[in-house]
Amino acid sequence: MNKHEAPINLAVLHTGTRHDSGPKHVTGTAEYIDDMIEPVGTMHAYLGLSTRAHAEIVSMDFSAVRAAPGVIGVLTAEDIPGENDVSPSHKHDEPIFAVGKVQFWGQPVFAVIAETRDAARRAAQLAKIDYADLDWIADVRAAQAAGGRLVTEPLKLERGQVEAGLAAAPRRLQGAIAIGGQDHFYLEGQIAMAVPGEDEDVVIHSSTQHPSEVQLMVAAVLGIRHNAVTVNVRRMGGGFGGKETQGNLFAAVAALAAKKWNRACKIRPDRDDDMQSTGKRHDFVVDYDVGYDESGKILAVDAVYGTRAGFSSDLSGPVSDRALFHADNAYFYPAVRVRSEPLYTNTVSNTAFRGFGGPQGMMGAERWIEDIAYALGKDPLDIRKANFYGTDKDNVTPYHQVVEDNIVHRVVDELEASSDYQARRKAIIDFNKTSTVVKKGIALTPVKFGISFTATWYNQAGALVHVYKDGSIHLSHGGTEMGQGLYIKVAQVVADAFGVNLDNIKIMPTSTGKVPNTSATAASSGSDLNGMAAWDACEQIKARLLAHAAKLYQAEESDCHWVQGGMTIGREFVPFAELCASAYLNRVQLSAAGFYKTPKIHWDRATGKGHPFYYFAYGASVSEVSVDTLTGEYNVDRVDILHDVGKSLNPAIDIGQIEGGFIQGMGWLTSEELVWDDKGQLRTHAPSTYKIPLASDVPPVFNVKLAEWSVNREPTIGRSKAVGEPPFMLAISVVEALGMAVASVADYRVAPRLDTPVTPERVLMGVERMKREARG
Amino acid sequence: MVEVANAIRFLLNGEEISLTDVAPDLTLLDWLRLERRLRGSKEGCAEGDCGACTVLVGRLAGDEIIYDSVTACIRFVASLHGTHVVTIEHLRGENGALHPVQQAMVDHHGSQCGFCTPGFVMSLYGLWMRDPDPSRNAIEKALQGNLCRCTGYAPIIRAGQAISSYGQPQGDPLWAERIAVKDRIRAIHDGRRVEVGTGENRIIIPASLDDFAAFYAENPEARIVAGSTDVGLWVTKFMRRIGPVIFIGHLPELKRIAENDSEVRFYAGVTYSEALPVIQANFPQLGELWNRFAGEQVRNMGTIGGNIANGSPIGDTPPPFIALGAKLHLRRGEHRREIKLEDYFLAYGKQDRQPGEFVESITIPLLPAGETFATYKISKRREEDISALCGAFRVFVNDAGIVGMARIAFGGMAATPKRARAVEAALVGKPWTMDSVETVLPAFAEDYQPISDMRASAEYRLLAAQNLLKRFFLETQGQGERLKREVA
Repeated sequence: MNKHEAPINLAVLHTGTRHDSGPKHVTGTAEYIDDMIEPVGTMHAYLGLSTRAHAEIVSMDFSAVRAAPGVIGVLTAEDIPGENDVSPSHKHDEPIFAVGKVQFWGQPVFAVIAETRDAARRAAQLAKIDYADLDWIADVRAAQAAGGRLVTEPLKLERGQVEAGLAAAPRRLQGAIAIGGQDHFYLEGQIAMAVPGEDEDVVIHSSTQHPSEVQLMVAAVLGIRHNAVTVNVRRMGGGFGGKETQGNLFAAVAALAAKKWNRACKIRPDRDDDMQSTGKRHDFVVDYDVGYDESGKILAVDAVYGTRAGFSSDLSGPVSDRALFHADNAYFYPAVRVRSEPLYTNTVSNTAFRGFGGPQGMMGAERWIEDIAYALGKDPLDIRKANFYGTDKDNVTPYHQVVEDNIVHRVVDELEASSDYQARRKAIIDFNKTSTVVKKGIALTPVKFGISFTATWYNQAGALVHVYKDGSIHLSHGGTEMGQGLYIKVAQVVADAFGVNLDNIKIMPTSTGKVPNTSATAASSGSDLNGMAAWDACEQIKARLLAHAAKLYQAEESDCHWVQGGMTIGREFVPFAELCASAYLNRVQLSAAGFYKTPKIHWDRATGKGHPFYYFAYGASVSEVSVDTLTGEYNVDRVDILHDVGKSLNPAIDIGQIEGGFIQGMGWLTSEELVWDDKGQLRTHAPSTYKIPLASDVPPVFNVKLAEWSVNREPTIGRSKAVGEPPFMLAISVVEALGMAVASVADYRVAPRLDTPVTPERVLMGVERMKREARG
Repeated sequence: MVEVANAIRFLLNGEEISLTDVAPDLTLLDWLRLERRLRGSKEGCAEGDCGACTVLVGRLAGDEIIYDSVTACIRFVASLHGTHVVTIEHLRGENGALHPVQQAMVDHHGSQCGFCTPGFVMSLYGLWMRDPDPSRNAIEKALQGNLCRCTGYAPIIRAGQAISSYGQPQGDPLWAERIAVKDRIRAIHDGRRVEVGTGENRIIIPASLDDFAAFYAENPEARIVAGSTDVGLWVTKFMRRIGPVIFIGHLPELKRIAENDSEVRFYAGVTYSEALPVIQANFPQLGELWNRFAGEQVRNMGTIGGNIANGSPIGDTPPPFIALGAKLHLRRGEHRREIKLEDYFLAYGKQDRQPGEFVESITIPLLPAGETFATYKISKRREEDISALCGAFRVFVNDAGIVGMARIAFGGMAATPKRARAVEAALVGKPWTMDSVETVLPAFAEDYQPISDMRASAEYRLLAAQNLLKRFFLETQGQGERLKREVA
């Protein structure tokens, strides 16, 4: 290359760069923990799970387990040198191994350690545990009926005069909606491998979204300091929130065994055990009372969000908080009071899942909007528009934050036009008049999702960037890669910061030894936080390099300019590698730790007031469905989406998040049903019984577009917006479209009120209800 | 007396494998990952439902070698004798570049977390080799047995549509090595019975159908395994010991299909995939149902005989076959007998099959002219799901518009696949009208007292079953609209 000529600009930020692991994914060479080469002598652990929903443990006999071939030993609570607890809420309510009693079917009671996984798994079946059954609480309604014991403090958000508003409203309605839970069904199940080291040291390979918490948990369980535990995560085979806290127990068991026997230990439950013993999306029952006027404008809302928290607190506090934070979705309530009830039940402790309560919160809002529309005989879209937040008034949320960046009107208007919503709705109403068996429905629903952890201190991130003498770059940050493309997005940020090609950058596995005290890769915050932290590290190094270049070439710093491939100093172009080599010789530090904390946010849970969200992401979708009124089966025929990601860091990755999020949301609301039997055992614990969407469930017409005009008004990385969770809730339009098809049976005079998931059975029962209503 | 060999032999990618010490319940996936350290194939579910472990298995079919996608997690190693196993590690493009299937997936952003991806690549690879320019329908069908939780499938479908612009099968290394591979695996099929192991670990791979019949008659305690789509789960889910095992999936005599003017006879080892064209030609009313059995990998392994022989109350072939009046041919040694299919199912878990006796074939009469027949499957998810209920209806309506004959059978409504005799009796002699249909609906409750489980409630099952009779009636009147999935 002519060193006096700067190369062309190869900027990669805001381009659809491919996933960094793509070639490794497709060749099967991307390494997941179960693919790693095990250290010689690696042991295998397998959990023994309770077979009661709630019972005293009368006795435990492991003699047959210990005598089984290949068994090295059994771990119970007595083998734990530190704390028998992995509660992420630090309420000490989540034992690794049950002591004295079991509180749900599938709760870990012990672990078998053996030479092979097969030996451990077989031996785990041989334990003899006697139980004395206790009364058990199955679900939200049962928990409420039993007195409503909570696992953590409830939240109340309140603004305005609710009683007066309800009393004065010209019209009023009450109702309830049951919203089902969801299994994460990450394709790679929970897994951890612990490798013991010198002294108290242990290295953990964990499939976790939260390495720092695994580090903390393992340290507490072993009774050692954090600095003795290193947690590494190269990638996960899917997370979706299911590996925010649920990996803790597995890592702890592997670490316990590794230190006890001084051999490496790996633990991987099979799919059935994974689904029975790890937490899921919370199911909710929302009871609501809404006052409104003849135009459909909401005047007051009073709602209680009861949720099945399970036997421990886990993340049920923040999840049910976020449900309340989204009980408004995109709508202004002049008076509002919403309350959460995170209820104790004898089921697995529910946990984080993409949207983190937000989807359930929104389902409530969209349900009363739908009810109002059917009560008034109007298109629900008209009711939505009548209640959207304003831009300069009617813009205060139930938590007293002012919505400053409202673009819901433009998003909805553009989608309404581009999807031809009005004409299609009219055509569907005409179709339904003559079609006897098949009925159709269409709906447009919006999304407004608050971005930031509501636990304010989580909104920080670190990064570590090394530049080597040859100009190659080593990139570490606190975020984890679960498929969402975080690693490539942050690498794009770094490539552009230095003006180098992406292949100059080595993306390192996430490690607590590289970047400490990180937050979970969750709340859609990965690129917002880690992108900024990496940027900060780059800027530090760049400032040193700039000063060095000015000194070396005896130029003013203002004459030195970063360009693609290096730096120009006056008329001279210095390639990046050359600049780095000379900086080293001149003793310039080429490494930096970056840091970022989200500005502007604050939140006072006690008063229910604050500014918990840095900004909002918006989107809207239109779904059209066909329903078979003889069987309740249905097809989702067409979906149009317009979604706001600000100025996209990577449009290809972002489209992937939207398409994937929508289909996952559609699964939650349609075919994915969690069924417990009358003994409290989950009966849908494998893909044979738990049905996530297939390729053939993707709508035949699926138009997904980014709101390309959108730019984050806050100075986020590249003016982008978070994309992980918000698109999930776009799937709510499927429920409403199904509702419309069902309601057509009674000429749209009765609100369909379908609970979710809207299985074919629920559709058919809805149709039957409509027939009864139509008969009067 | 047949000659006996003592090694399971097959090709793994480019290598010839010979195993003389192998457990009958060792799965291909465990063998690949734990013993061969080929860890590109992943375990997602260990029950043949997610497809993360998809590999191709090439087998001789006459003069051809056919590569089927299968789920390695429930395929037993011993069943691979005389085949060519192709894993993701064998897939390569020219000069070490990505294979066209892989490049299309990368360029279309078809992977996110990547864990399911090798399985998708293998399924798409199998499709591309037989259909380089597949329709979207064909792609969706080929991917019915592959679950992805990240992408929402849209980019994978786009990749599938684009593969042929990256390369044609004729340039594929596997294509090029076909003739050599064919010769190598043909040499393995040397006419000898294979026996490996003793006692519970005994594996028998019979030399022929007669060899199988004779051996099984003498060793009735042995387990017959054909496609292993059911027995595979006994091992992976319930850790049951299944040996000694007779593997029969390879027997060409059990893959025969005989058609004549009045009936079609399927031998028991015919897989759903192999049966499909014959089903479509002779029983077009079963075409939709056939494409909704499980996923492609399971259809490539599972057999018609297995679906019947295992006696499941929710198998999808018995209801339509019973409605069509199918006959089952059972064999013990050289003794053969024939029974009505409906008489085979005695009670839950109990069939009319004697020790040492096996299902050799099934004969299905063609639908007589003038009769009407339909079958309907209802499941929570449209595809790759076990039926909540599956109903088959057949009537003859005479010139006077009176029902002369009715045969109705359901799966998922009782402890066995079962005819609706009360409904049938109520219909016969009545005019074929909606009024008559409405009149006979209460008889369903006499025939069936379904249970509530994770797939559906009893109430739904009964109501949907009744409504399916309405649908059947409407369709005979040219009125019953059914949902159609129309893709461009």
